[in-house]
Amino acid sequence: MIEFADVRVRLGERDVLRGVTASLGERRIGVVGANGSGKSTLARLINGLALPTSGTVTVLGLDTRRQAAKIRREVGFLFTDPDAQIVMPTVAEDVAFSLRRHRLPREEADRRVAEVLGRYGLAGHADHPAHHLSGGQKQLLALCSVMVLEPRVIVMDEPTTLLDLRHSRQVAELLRELPQQVVVVTHDLPLLAGFDRVLVLDEGRVVADGVPEEAIGHYRKLMA
Amino acid sequence: MNGRTGAYVPGASPLHRLPAGAKLAGLAVVCTALVLLRSPFALGGAAVVTAGLYALSRVGVAAAWAQVRPVRWFAVALFALQWVFVGVEGAAVTTLRVVVAVALAGLVTITTRTSEMMAVLERLMAPARLVGLDPFRLSLLLSLTIRTVPVLADLAGRVRDAQRARGVERSLRAFAVPLVVGALRHADALGEALSARGLDD
Ligand SMILES: Nc1ncnc2c1ncn2[C@@H]1O[C@H](COP(=O)(O)OP(=O)(O)OP(=O)(O)O)[C@@H](O)[C@H]1O
Ligand SMILES: [Mg+2]
Repeated sequence: MIEFADVRVRLGERDVLRGVTASLGERRIGVVGANGSGKSTLARLINGLALPTSGTVTVLGLDTRRQAAKIRREVGFLFTDPDAQIVMPTVAEDVAFSLRRHRLPREEADRRVAEVLGRYGLAGHADHPAHHLSGGQKQLLALCSVMVLEPRVIVMDEPTTLLDLRHSRQVAELLRELPQQVVVVTHDLPLLAGFDRVLVLDEGRVVADGVPEEAIGHYRKLMA
Repeated sequence: MNGRTGAYVPGASPLHRLPAGAKLAGLAVVCTALVLLRSPFALGGAAVVTAGLYALSRVGVAAAWAQVRPVRWFAVALFALQWVFVGVEGAAVTTLRVVVAVALAGLVTITTRTSEMMAVLERLMAPARLVGLDPFRLSLLLSLTIRTVPVLADLAGRVRDAQRARGVERSLRAFAVPLVVGALRHADALGEALSARGLDD
């Protein structure tokens, strides 16, 4: 469960979020809105990368302002640009990096890394340098590095923006199969088909909130 | 192959399987021995042994060449200078020393996973803790550097293409400004991703 209680965020001179209140308990949640409407800020609030200027954000009962470290163990975050989130030179090493603080025995760690790479079709690339992967494969690697920790919530900020149609579809399919609660910020509207709930942001406020068809309809009108 | 970054080349050779600590210790011992060796034949022998080790590692000729390529002109200049001042024998000794040391260091790098190297460096740098430095962060810096080289190379390529597309061929400023901005933006995003992946706790 993710709860926003009258959340305001002010960055410099700008009111980026102007009072967002919402309880997100559904399994598939989409967030859409114009450029600069505050979507990324909303996403970053969920794992404490951004903190509210006023109001509170609670994730799984934990306050992001006080327990960010604990929350980050439960909330995985997938960024738009995979190059910025892959921190180790080779594929398997990057996934293993996620497990570092778990101090697992070597064999156990290797097993979990191999398992997750196999699940997302990267088994054959385990020892390859990350920079030899295609953009889509890099995004899959970033997803592996998140999934290996089995987070309870996954937040994605425009995960398909840099991907071609095939890889976007692949991510859309993977999304449907993830057992976790997922919050996806996107401009890729077809990605939200079958979602449980979609929020529409406009100038830092939630202006529509409901099933995808309704919310997206509202968003289209807003953009017309 | 992985010539461009000089980083790990996957394999299952005995050298790949040797623990990183043993390889680094061996490298230190051999480099000391190289300094003590004075006969060109002994150093020639060392060069042959090094070539043999490369063959054993099965990383391929391209990866091997990539290790010594950066010092090739330096080696030529060194040899020429030494030849003039100390004769051909001394020139061969000094030059072989440098090239063999570089080749062996390269061999350790390409047969050792960055993460294993990190683990050893972390242990070696444990005393840094006494002056308030975190050994993990120091070794992470190394991995990030290796990882960031190709990312920045791609960025530089994109900036150059963007310039060409706009008909600006040779302006240092038009190249440097977007490159620096892009690099800073990347650093920012990387920092955020590291926090998201739990580096802060
Ligand atoms: N550090 C900052 N300082 C000042 N303003 C900021 C800062 N970060 C973001 N903003 C501003 O906050 C607003 C909302 O940003 P946010 O990134 O949340 O938007 P977004 O909905 O994700 O947009 P996009 O669709 O372009 O990704 C933007 O106008 C942005 O310029
Ligand atoms: Mg955004």
